Amino acid sequence: MKKFIAAAVVAAASFGLVSAASAGTLDNVKAKGQVVCGANPGTAGFGVPDQKGNWTGLDVDYCRAIAAAIFNDPTKVKFVPLSSKDRFTALASGEVDVLIRNSTWTMSRETTLGVIWAGINFYDGQGFMVNKKLNVKSAKELAGATICVQQGTTTELNLADFFRSNKLEYKVVTLGTSEEAVKAYDSGRCDAYTTDRSGLAADRLSMSKPDDHVILPEIISKEPLGPLVRQGDDQWLNLVKWVHYALLTAEEDGITSKNVDEKLKSDDPEIKRVLGNEGKFGESLGLSNAWVVQIVKGVGNYEEIFERNVGPNTPIQLTRASNALWSKGGLQYAPPIR
Amino acid sequence: MSVESAGRPLEAKVVFYNDPRIRSLFFQLVLLALIVALFWFAYDNTVANLKKRNIAQGFGFWNVEAGFDISQTLISYSAASSYGRAFWVGLLNTLLVSGVSIVLATLLGVMIGILRLSKNWLVAKLATVYVEIFRNVPLLLILYFWYRGVLGLLPEPRDSIKLPGNIILNTRGLMMPMPVVSEAFIYPLTALVLMVVTAIGIILWAGRVQDRTGIRPKVGWLTAGLIIVVPAIVFIMAGAPLSFDIPVQGRFNASGGMTLAPEFVSLVTGLTTYTAAFIAENVRAGILAISKGQTEASQSLGLSHGQTIRLVIMPQALRVIVPLLNSEYLSLTKNSSLGVSIGYPDLVSVFTGTVLNQTGQAVEMVSVTMLVYLTLSLLTSAFMNWFNRRVALVER
Amino acid sequence: MTTSAEAHFVRQSFNEPMPPPMRTSGIIHWLRTNLFSSIINTVMTLFILFALYKIVPGLIDTLIINAVWVADDSKACVADKVGHPVGICWGFVAAHWDYFVFGQYPEKLRWRPELFFALEVIGLAWLLVQRIPRKDWGMIYFFIVFPIVGFCLLSGSETLGLSIVQTHYWGGFLVSIVIGTVGIVVSVPLGIILALGRRSHMPVARSSSVVLIEFIRGVPLITVLFMANVMFPLFVPEGWRPDSLLRVLVGVALFFSAYMAETVRGGLQAIPRGQYEAAQALGLGYWQMMIKIILPQALKIVIPGIVNNFIGLLKDTTLVAIVNIFDFLKVIEASLNDPVWRTSGMPFAGYLFAAIVYFILCYGMARYSMSVERRLATDHRH
Repeated sequence: MKKFIAAAVVAAASFGLVSAASAGTLDNVKAKGQVVCGANPGTAGFGVPDQKGNWTGLDVDYCRAIAAAIFNDPTKVKFVPLSSKDRFTALASGEVDVLIRNSTWTMSRETTLGVIWAGINFYDGQGFMVNKKLNVKSAKELAGATICVQQGTTTELNLADFFRSNKLEYKVVTLGTSEEAVKAYDSGRCDAYTTDRSGLAADRLSMSKPDDHVILPEIISKEPLGPLVRQGDDQWLNLVKWVHYALLTAEEDGITSKNVDEKLKSDDPEIKRVLGNEGKFGESLGLSNAWVVQIVKGVGNYEEIFERNVGPNTPIQLTRASNALWSKGGLQYAPPIR
Repeated sequence: MSVESAGRPLEAKVVFYNDPRIRSLFFQLVLLALIVALFWFAYDNTVANLKKRNIAQGFGFWNVEAGFDISQTLISYSAASSYGRAFWVGLLNTLLVSGVSIVLATLLGVMIGILRLSKNWLVAKLATVYVEIFRNVPLLLILYFWYRGVLGLLPEPRDSIKLPGNIILNTRGLMMPMPVVSEAFIYPLTALVLMVVTAIGIILWAGRVQDRTGIRPKVGWLTAGLIIVVPAIVFIMAGAPLSFDIPVQGRFNASGGMTLAPEFVSLVTGLTTYTAAFIAENVRAGILAISKGQTEASQSLGLSHGQTIRLVIMPQALRVIVPLLNSEYLSLTKNSSLGVSIGYPDLVSVFTGTVLNQTGQAVEMVSVTMLVYLTLSLLTSAFMNWFNRRVALVER
Repeated sequence: MTTSAEAHFVRQSFNEPMPPPMRTSGIIHWLRTNLFSSIINTVMTLFILFALYKIVPGLIDTLIINAVWVADDSKACVADKVGHPVGICWGFVAAHWDYFVFGQYPEKLRWRPELFFALEVIGLAWLLVQRIPRKDWGMIYFFIVFPIVGFCLLSGSETLGLSIVQTHYWGGFLVSIVIGTVGIVVSVPLGIILALGRRSHMPVARSSSVVLIEFIRGVPLITVLFMANVMFPLFVPEGWRPDSLLRVLVGVALFFSAYMAETVRGGLQAIPRGQYEAAQALGLGYWQMMIKIILPQALKIVIPGIVNNFIGLLKDTTLVAIVNIFDFLKVIEASLNDPVWRTSGMPFAGYLFAAIVYFILCYGMARYSMSVERRLATDHRH
């Protein structure tokens, strides 16, 4: 009986309060044996769980990359589904270690919410989706339209800005989550639905008749999406930042999950540094020197992640565009690992 | 027993830790210390956490430009208005939906409560089925039913249902002509107010005559004529200063006129149908509490069934019903916060939803929202208590 | 009586028989009094019968005859693709049954929630069915043993050799029942304490109970959930990371404790003063008096009230979906987002199924509470 009660007490402690002294986030993560990620529960291609709790998506794979870098095991992650409304509080309160949930980097968020972005893993912009029947060719034709939008996002503010600066009238319907907003649009409550264009591509798939809807050409805002962490822990910030850069560098150097073992034998000084055969770059982050090898073996490089989740061969069908490497005309650029 | 002790009052000799007064004092001190410690713990942690995470504090945001739009606004509001203005918009929307629903739920509830006691077996059973269904299903589901289920059945704007009187019905809501008044409208309005006051005076006079002589002067037609005819004449003399803004079908949807958004309609319908089931039960309980003798007595006086209910049963039943209604109204007001789930821009949706998200100041937003609901609850209770006293006074 | 001599009239023949009385029993009489007693009633009856005749056959068609009971995806439920009119797509519910009940709880470990449900039913039956004896042991089982065992079962415990299942895998009906159970297990004792506090003579205890009860009863559950979700993490030191389900459980339990306190207070007030005085005269202390004399009587009276609170609690568990807990209603909604199942009729199947489940549970409890009320009413009749 005593043993039973002791077991219950221990279990209760593990259930409720994962007690951890106020050490750095990395030490906490290592002590827990898993990275806790705030994830999007409803945007196909970026973050979405299936019925069995298997998560897929670009943001989700970023999370796995962090776990691979720390534990050499991409499965040591726990995903906490967060709505756009409670994501920042969840991060600030310590419920999650890192938030990778297509969140837009803005100045006010970084100066008032106590969070800091570690990079931009997807360059996005806000767009509109309308029903083909309406025969609308441009967002400027949307005067007098009713528009569905999700609450608590930069999207909501950009929408107001766009119509204010173009001096157009419109009616807004604000829904609590993106699923509700999509459902309302799909049922005909609104003429148009607005969110990031990547989200539009994903949400179009969940319409009852996907082919009836078109995405308008206008991009009305800059939406740099990326992983973010709490302020005040530079070690953890660095780690998340450099995991992102490692994914880009691996693509730049042509290191993929298939050829990484061959590349380990390479004499190229750059590749030797990246893969940890030279220098102690991993150790300086508090990881092992083979951290990039672990990441690439676990989830692949940026290109592989992109193609697997949102690329042309997936239902989402996005091209690299702004998200191509700088060397291929895009914006993705990693500082050198040296 | 010695002689000496008989002179002194007998006092129980107890050890100090068994003295009830000391025990009570000690227990209360411990409780007080615990409460203070708990509050201090929460306060200290909150301050430390907010500082550490560099989260803004205080109400500095109140006058900052909000930058987002709201779908239903009773007072003028645009994206350029302040967060403070957005708060009032949300609060007024909450009050509007609660007020309308309370009136409708009371009417429907009283009707169903009476129907449940109908002599017609079918009617009574149907009323019972209604009550049982709506009482035993979560309100959230009922809201989804009205919003997603019934909304799905409405036609798109281009196939709108056009009702007589320039009323348009489609997925965007119910669009009606909106009365537009010009400045001269003040004359018929004044005339109307004056006539209503006069009519009340006449009715009071008639009451006094009845008290004195037992015969009530027939003033019904006179007062009705005063209230309708005189303002109508003034209205025509002032040049009919009233026009209607009629909704016109546009590219996307009808513009102009007055629109009842589907969110508002479904929230009102949901709250009304749900709360009416509870009110019906209260009304039934109130009526059943009146002894059968009252019904029999009034029937033997020759009153009809309707008169019995209106003049004999209801005034007495109200005394039972009103306190029960009070708590139904309170929960309806609180339940209106569920509008957040179907996109109705009430206080919770606007303030603890959008504003909280744009500013990140959880403590301020949630506290203000809770305080508003507390105040609303206290005001409703105060009003209902006043009304209750008035109803109770009828008893002699 | 001098006139008696004149009373010589004696009837010579039988009176004519009177017509038989109207039938006071049987179907005709019942119909006449209950359906056709007056013109208005007749009109209403005919109108309702006509409406039922118009509605009911269509309803049966949609719900049962034309309904699709087995489906792999939404295609089986679209009239154009099947070639005949289609009613409600129950196949959607059948295909998602496990997900609706357990959420993402690992498939191999689902015997654990199943056992949890069984233990819960045993506990409830023990407490609520009149004939089962030893209610005191039942209380200990339901309020102490069952929560500990149930918790170890669901969450897992390495000491006992049960692998840990984190709460974000819990979902569906399981989570709704967990929230409801925790709500009742915590709110009954806490509600009793608050009710006693409110009736206490100690100013500090009384005022703090009153403030807590009235504050909670004055605000909507949603704001309490928001508070649990966004404010509670700020109240505790940074290192504690309260689990998101745990925070909601705390919020729900506190909220219903206030309502339970008012219900229990009603029971306490109904106990005659003589009972208190008699207990004191026997020399019982406060707690002895409460536990042995007052509470057993008071709680018995308020069982219907407690059950009614529980109905409210069960209905209100749906609100946790708004703060992103995957309860029964939320998993149904989540399944409706699945592209494979997206057609316009599908939400009806999902919502109707949810409504039926909630109705059965709540209506069942309501009937129980009414039967207890009736029993109590006869108990007092001597």
